[in-house]
Amino acid sequence: MSDELDLTTLSDEELTQQTFDDLYDGLADEVVAEVNEFLRRGWTPYDTLTKGLVGGMDIVGIDFRDGILFVPEVLMAAKAMKGGMAILRPLLAETGAPQIGTMVVGTVKGDIHDIGKNLVAMMMEGAGFMVVNLGINNDAEKFIAAVKEHNPEIVGMSALLTTTMPYMQVIIRALREAGLRDKVIVLVGGAPLNEAFAEEIEADAYCRDAAVAVETAKKLIAIKREKTKREKAAVG
Amino acid sequence: MSEKEKLKMTNKWQTLLEKPGPILADGAMGTMLFEAGLQFGDPPAVWNMAHPDVVRTVQRAYLQAGSQILLTNTFGGNRFRLGMHNLQGRVRELNRTAAILLRAEVDAADGAALVAGDIGPSGEILAPLGTLEYADAVDGFAEQAGALVAGGVDVIWIETMSALEEMQAAIEGVRRVAPDIPLITTMTFDTRGRTMMGVTPERAAKAMLGWGAAAIGGNCGNGPDELLAVIQKMHAIAPEAVLVSKSNAGIPELIKGKATYPTGPETMAEYALAVRDAGARIIGGCCGNTPAHLKAMAEALGLAKPVFSPNGAEA
Repeated sequence: MSDELDLTTLSDEELTQQTFDDLYDGLADEVVAEVNEFLRRGWTPYDTLTKGLVGGMDIVGIDFRDGILFVPEVLMAAKAMKGGMAILRPLLAETGAPQIGTMVVGTVKGDIHDIGKNLVAMMMEGAGFMVVNLGINNDAEKFIAAVKEHNPEIVGMSALLTTTMPYMQVIIRALREAGLRDKVIVLVGGAPLNEAFAEEIEADAYCRDAAVAVETAKKLIAIKREKTKREKAAVG
Repeated sequence: MSEKEKLKMTNKWQTLLEKPGPILADGAMGTMLFEAGLQFGDPPAVWNMAHPDVVRTVQRAYLQAGSQILLTNTFGGNRFRLGMHNLQGRVRELNRTAAILLRAEVDAADGAALVAGDIGPSGEILAPLGTLEYADAVDGFAEQAGALVAGGVDVIWIETMSALEEMQAAIEGVRRVAPDIPLITTMTFDTRGRTMMGVTPERAAKAMLGWGAAAIGGNCGNGPDELLAVIQKMHAIAPEAVLVSKSNAGIPELIKGKATYPTGPETMAEYALAVRDAGARIIGGCCGNTPAHLKAMAEALGLAKPVFSPNGAEA
């Protein structure tokens, strides 16, 4: 290619912008090249992820919300991000990037929609969480088994159908009956959901997109840890 | 299918179209089954065998309201959706039975209404964006179509599609088993006036007509106002096409765990007139619409079935 862009000639800012543009356009090979260039320059894997990739996906998320991008474009962007993540993931583990907690996430029984959930999983991973992705069509048993096995701080549930949303309540009740409800923070999301619904089913929060999910998860974990500290101090 | 049977089937469709004026489709089945106790997340098609009486009661009510074309209870009845519940082995049984049930109700009425075999989405995204290969999608839709045709449907109605590639796969699947059956095809425009995959009404109309659909349009979505806009756009780009409008009764709200649809029969009746004036020929309701909604729409469109009292006088 005669007019191939030489990434080494770009400033850090220009490189970041190019990465954002290529993520937006779903150009996986280009994003991989950009990630490698960041690393070559001595950027930490963590910064490359959060400032390069996650920053770019935030813009995709906003334009998706505003009806400028549709599902196909979001999927392409997610694929490009995944390409970049594949390089960074082993390096993040190596360089001891901050591990904030564990999240179990899944789409509920009867629902097969997983684009949003997968975006949440990717961005939570990007933010330093270990993510256990249960995939689609998960009944209460599957969620409970995963909680018992992985001891997550966060349980995320996703649904796209108004007909499957109510099953979230079944799962929360099951968590309660198994004595697990207080051990986890339950976040719910999906197009037909809202805060009123989250309150009604006694979830901890409704998150309208992947970016909000990451912020909410971090915030609620911090609050919980503070509370636990104070309780211990009071007893101590 | 014999040549005679083929001719009869095409004739029923032609006869329906030849009558001037709007044609009343039916209302929702899924939401009616939820009202009757179908569990969230469970496949409605199973009730063709488990509770056929409930399915038939719903269809009978739509016939009484004046529906002239009704859909089989087979939305989600393909191997992909049924596979979620490990029921992919029952595609033939459930689809064939669904067609037989509806035919029985249609015949018990005056036999004039059309039985439309309902084919809904696979629920998956086609490759390369997703994991479902085009050829596999065609196979799955062909399997479902074959069962519906074996059950004796008059037409096939492919509905609630968001992706053009998938619509094409469904049409190809149907054509593999029934080269001549009339095809009604509708997409769901629920994302800023486009489908979830970004397809505009204009692009959808051109594609569906290009693939040989006998009638095209929109179903489901966010409510009557948005579907009206879709019909207007399709009519502008394809003024000769037979347009189909099957709107939800609004966007559902979850109140105490129950999905409640805000749009009532009177508003749906207004919608029926509005889409008719905008160029829609086949008019019905999707999620949230009940026989009461259809009755109001029928009355507004002048298609209500007269009710005769025992002594023969019109009530």
